[in-house]
Formats: sequence, C-alpha cells, structure tokens
Amino acid sequence: MARESTPQRKIVVTVIAWIIALAIFFPILWTILTSFKTEAQAIAIPPRFLNFDWTLANYVTVQERSNYFGHFMNSVIISLGSTILALAVAIPAAWSMAFVPGKRTKDVLMWMLSTKMMPAVGVLIPIYLLFRDWGLLDTRAGLIIVLMLMNLPIVVWMLYTYFKEIPGEILEAARMDGASLGKEILYVLTPMAVPGIASTLLLNIILAWNEAFWTLNLTTSNAAPLSTFIASYSSPEGLFYAKLSAASTLAIAPILILGWFSQKQLVRGLTFGAVK
Amino acid sequence: MSKTLRGVLGASCLVALGLPAMAETITVATVNNGDMIRMQGLMSHFNEKHPDIEVNWVTLEENVLRQRVTTDIATNGGQYDVLTIGNYEVPIWAGQGWLLPLDDMGEDYDAEDLLTPVAAALTVDGTLYAAPFYAESAMLMYRTDLLEKAGLTMPENPDWDFITEAAEKMTDKANGTYGICLRGKAGWGENMAFLTAMSHSMGARWFDMDWKPQFDSPEWKATLDTYLNLMTNYGPPGASSNGFNENLALFQTGKCGMWIDATVAASFVSNPEDSVVAENVGFAPFPTAAGGDNHGNWLWSWNLAIPASSTKQEASKAFVAWATSKEYTNLVAQEDGIANAPPGTRTSLYENEEYMKAPFAQPTLTAIENANTQNPSVQDVPYTGGQWISIPEFQAIGTAVGQVFSAALAGSSDADQALTAAQALTQREMQRAGYPK
Repeated sequence: MARESTPQRKIVVTVIAWIIALAIFFPILWTILTSFKTEAQAIAIPPRFLNFDWTLANYVTVQERSNYFGHFMNSVIISLGSTILALAVAIPAAWSMAFVPGKRTKDVLMWMLSTKMMPAVGVLIPIYLLFRDWGLLDTRAGLIIVLMLMNLPIVVWMLYTYFKEIPGEILEAARMDGASLGKEILYVLTPMAVPGIASTLLLNIILAWNEAFWTLNLTTSNAAPLSTFIASYSSPEGLFYAKLSAASTLAIAPILILGWFSQKQLVRGLTFGAVK
Repeated sequence: MSKTLRGVLGASCLVALGLPAMAETITVATVNNGDMIRMQGLMSHFNEKHPDIEVNWVTLEENVLRQRVTTDIATNGGQYDVLTIGNYEVPIWAGQGWLLPLDDMGEDYDAEDLLTPVAAALTVDGTLYAAPFYAESAMLMYRTDLLEKAGLTMPENPDWDFITEAAEKMTDKANGTYGICLRGKAGWGENMAFLTAMSHSMGARWFDMDWKPQFDSPEWKATLDTYLNLMTNYGPPGASSNGFNENLALFQTGKCGMWIDATVAASFVSNPEDSVVAENVGFAPFPTAAGGDNHGNWLWSWNLAIPASSTKQEASKAFVAWATSKEYTNLVAQEDGIANAPPGTRTSLYENEEYMKAPFAQPTLTAIENANTQNPSVQDVPYTGGQWISIPEFQAIGTAVGQVFSAALAGSSDADQALTAAQALTQREMQRAGYPK
C-alpha cells in the first residue's frame, strides 16, 4: 500500500531535496560567482557571496587570449561523434545480449565493465604510440574513436538494461510477420526503446564533453576541446582563480544548458526499469 | 595553346616550385604564468621580424604540461617544436639525447650574459641545451610592520632560530595573524621543494655518496622538527593543504607574518592592486642554520628547449633566440615597463638602474646568486639540484615522501615516524631503480 503523503511530509521531503541539490550544485554556483569577481575579491577572506563589484573583465580577457569557439566546436564534434558511433555499435550488441543471450553473456557484460576499472593512464603510452604511427595525434577522428571505446561499456550496459524491459514477444511477432533482423532492430526495437536510447545518448554526450584525460593527452591544438581550454587557465604559481572560473563557466555552460532542457528525458531514462 | 603560352606556363610552374616554402608553423608548449602570457601578447613584434614563421601556442597547467611533453618526447611523438621545461628536466632529457644543443644562437644572443647559476643548471658537458626564459630562487618575505611591533629587526642573513623567535612573536591567532606560512601540500614540487631546500640549509642531504637515503640523520630530524614546530604552533590552520597559491592568498590578505617561497611571489605581494600589505613587505635571504651559510640552493627556471626530433629546427631556434634575448627584455621594458621584464636570467637586466629600483630586484638577484645547484649540501652528495634532486626517480619518490611529511603536518604521525617511513620508502624505491648506479 502506498504511504500516505501528508502536507507536512511533502514539505520535509522538498526541503531535504533542496538542501541536497544546493549542496551538489554549490561548487558550480561558486565557480560562476567567482568568474564575475576581480582576482583580489576571488581570494578575499571572509569570502564574498554576492556583495562584490560584478565585472565581466575576466570574460573579456579569456575571449581575447583564447579561441573559445574553436575549442567549443571541437567539443561538439568529438562528443557527438563519439556518442553516435558508440550507439551504432552498442544497439546491435545490446540487442543480441538482451534477446538472444548465450551461456557467457553475463560474463561478457562483466568483462566489458571491468575494462572501466583500469586507470586510463595505464594504457596511455601504447595508445600514444599507436596514434603516432597512424597519424591520429591531435585529430578529432582519433579522439572520437578513443572516447567511443572508453564509453562503450556504459552505453552497452544502459541499452542492455532498457532492452531487457521490452517483451521479446513483440519482436517475435514482427519476425513472424516477415521482418528481417535489420528491420526488426530499426523499426520495432528502436522506436520502443527511444526513451532509453535518448537518455543513453544524453549521458554519453555529457561524459564525452567532460572527459579530461584523453582529450588533454592526445591533442595539441587542432583538435583540442574545452578541457584543454580550461587547463590553460590553471596555474600553480599565480592567482588566476577568477579567470580560471570564467573559463570553466564558459566550458560548462553549453552542457549545463543541454542538461537543463533535457532533464526530463535524463531522469526518465536513468530511472527506467528501476522500480517495477 | 600557342608555344609561347605553353612556355610561359611551364616557366611559371618551375618558378613556383622554386619559391621558398610558405610560412612555417611551429608549435610552442608553455605554462600559464604572467611572463609567458605577456610574451603571447607581444608576438606581433616577432612576426614583423620573422614573417615566415607562425607560432602556434599551447598553454597548459604546469603538471599537465609536464606529463604531456614528457609523453610526447619519450615516444618521439613530434607534436611540439618548442617546449617550456624546468631546469629539473633539462639535464635528464639532454642526457637521453632528446634535446637539440643550443650553442649557436646567433651573434647577437650573448650567451655570456646569462646568469652563471642559471646557465650552469642547463649545461651538460659544456653544451647549453635550453635557453632560460625566466628564473627564480626562494627567499623570505615578511611583514615589516609586524616585525617592528614584535620588537625585532631582520638580520642580514636570518637563521632558523631567528625565524622561530619571530614567528612566535608575530603570531596573533585571536586576530587571524599567523607568524609563518609555509608549503604543506604534498608533492615533489610542493612541500618537498621547500623541505628539500630547508634540509640543505640545515646541513642535511637526501643521499650519501653511495645513494643511501639519509632521513635517519640528525640533520633531517632537526629539519622536520623545526618545520613541524613552526607550522603547528605559528602556522595557519589546514596548512597541510597549502601550496604556493594558498600561501600567496594568505599573505596578500594580511594573514601571514612571514612566508618563505619562490622569489616570483615578491612582485605579487608588493603590488598594491592585489595585496593589502604591499606597503609593508620586506625581503631577506632564505634562512640558514645558526652560523651556517647554505641558503638552501633553491633555483628554478622555465626554459625553452627544442626536441632533437623537431623537423622545424631553424624556425624553432629563431623563436627561442628571440624570446630569451636582451632584445626581448628591452621590448617588454618599452611596452609594459622594465619591472615586468622576465626576471632572473640575464646579468644585463640587473645592471639596469631603472630595473634595480623595484623593491624585489636586488633580493631576487642575491637569492639566485646564492644558489649553488652543483653542490647543494654542505656534505658531499652524488647529485645536483637544490629544491629537487636531479634523478628521474625524484618525481615519484619526492611525492611519496611529501605525502608522509604532509601527513605528519596534519597530525597523523610524529616527526620520527615520518622520517622512518620516508627512509624505508626511499630505500625501497632506490633499490628498485637499481641504485647505486
């Protein structure tokens, strides 16, 4: 039986939810606020929350010093490219695992996930050497491939979970009506799994956008996305916190906006199948 | 097509083939510091002089840059034509044959003008492998008003006993003033830079002549005891996570009586735009042991080097020569004022009367001249260095020891436990690395 939802309970739950949400969001909010301060105000003790002289000077400096748009375009191409490629590989893979599982399907799934457990730096040198020999260093194509491979286990796992929720009988019915395998995946399975695919797509774009190991280590300038743009404003000797915050705000703004508009799909996708 | 026309076309093709190549693009990897950013703003002057060379900048945070360029040069990746590297890397990389010798930088370069300790750290077997762009040592920065209030006068060469006394008297925790701020954050370039220099000043050494670690020596014990006493009694709270930037922020906001760190901080703390204590800052040399004359031998320089594998060596050399020349110093003087010239590399800068008017000019020069990276300890040592030890393993060992000492500062262990742990881990790592070699 569902628990009774009294107005008091609603208020308590709402307040707790707000506190948790604000605690999680606070570092981002602080970064955004710092980006509007002067360098001296950024380090002021006690810290200033809203009572400072708001300035856009940091944004002007960052725009003057860096090619933001170039980095932004690289981020868009790399995150979209790697996500689409990952979906193209993962949809058939998840289909076979969900609807025609073999004896070792569960082991394969676990093994795929285990590749995420190795620190990326462990394979940096071999991948760097391969990239050097194949001429892929500092290219978008190279990064699309690497990020696709890095995120593939998560994409397969997510899609596998969604596909498992779809009754196999529907696919069987399509087969009996004469649908080929390709048509079955494309016209029957995919439309039914759209919410799942959409949330996988969004999550993967966010992961690829925020990736800061391979994007820093395999690029120089031509393919450098926004992670390198941020890294160029960090400095162990010199207080550039306000400029660093401005660069960070510019780098996360697009993905934050995307997340804001697609939160419904994201939440629906992430909780899909969680409660039966 | 007439014969004449064909002839003309053919000739034009031949001429086109014979024309010099289009503008050459060189990629320069560099760190995000004020001097490097200033240079990027002055590139139009370089382009005027060398219209055939285009410079593509890649600016990265220091530790990211170090990992990035090390991977690239070790794998012969060829992504960069000019690297900004420290004097820690230069002798090691030159020994590997990774760097291009820079002996022939043109007639106007005047390599003799480079400050001797700086150039010595970049020279291997008599050959210069990197051109210094900017150099720093370490010194004591202190609040003249607080020292006066404490009834003390800064000696010409303060020792650690005086520092302890001054720290005690300047501390006023009720008002948020701490006698001394020092690095506590773990890392070979963080707390271990300071502690290695401090240990050298107190007569300690990292290794004896057989590469045996010396953390069990009385000199190291004295170093760590003094450091922990200063920091736990007179230092700011949470000091085990403070690095250069955190201490800079504390000092600039008036929370520290004294701060011993890189000389580059001097121009920041005496800039009234950023520092509320700009009017009351004094400078003194890095402290010594009582009666000693070893100032720790801290010397760091950011240098421009060219990978031996670069396919654009001439263009890269032209850029490095320009960026580290006297001409560049004059250009900065003309555009932004002489006080903004990259410090610590050339004798001629310190002969410039206008530059010497800056309050930090003479103390910086003294600190750099005091640094002897060839014999950093008063005892015999098998290594060179100052606030670091010039072996490739030092990054890993220094960071591991730094974590042990940072934990001691945070109160997780005492000095003896920390030194025992440091001795054991260093011994193990050195054996693994095959020392003595």
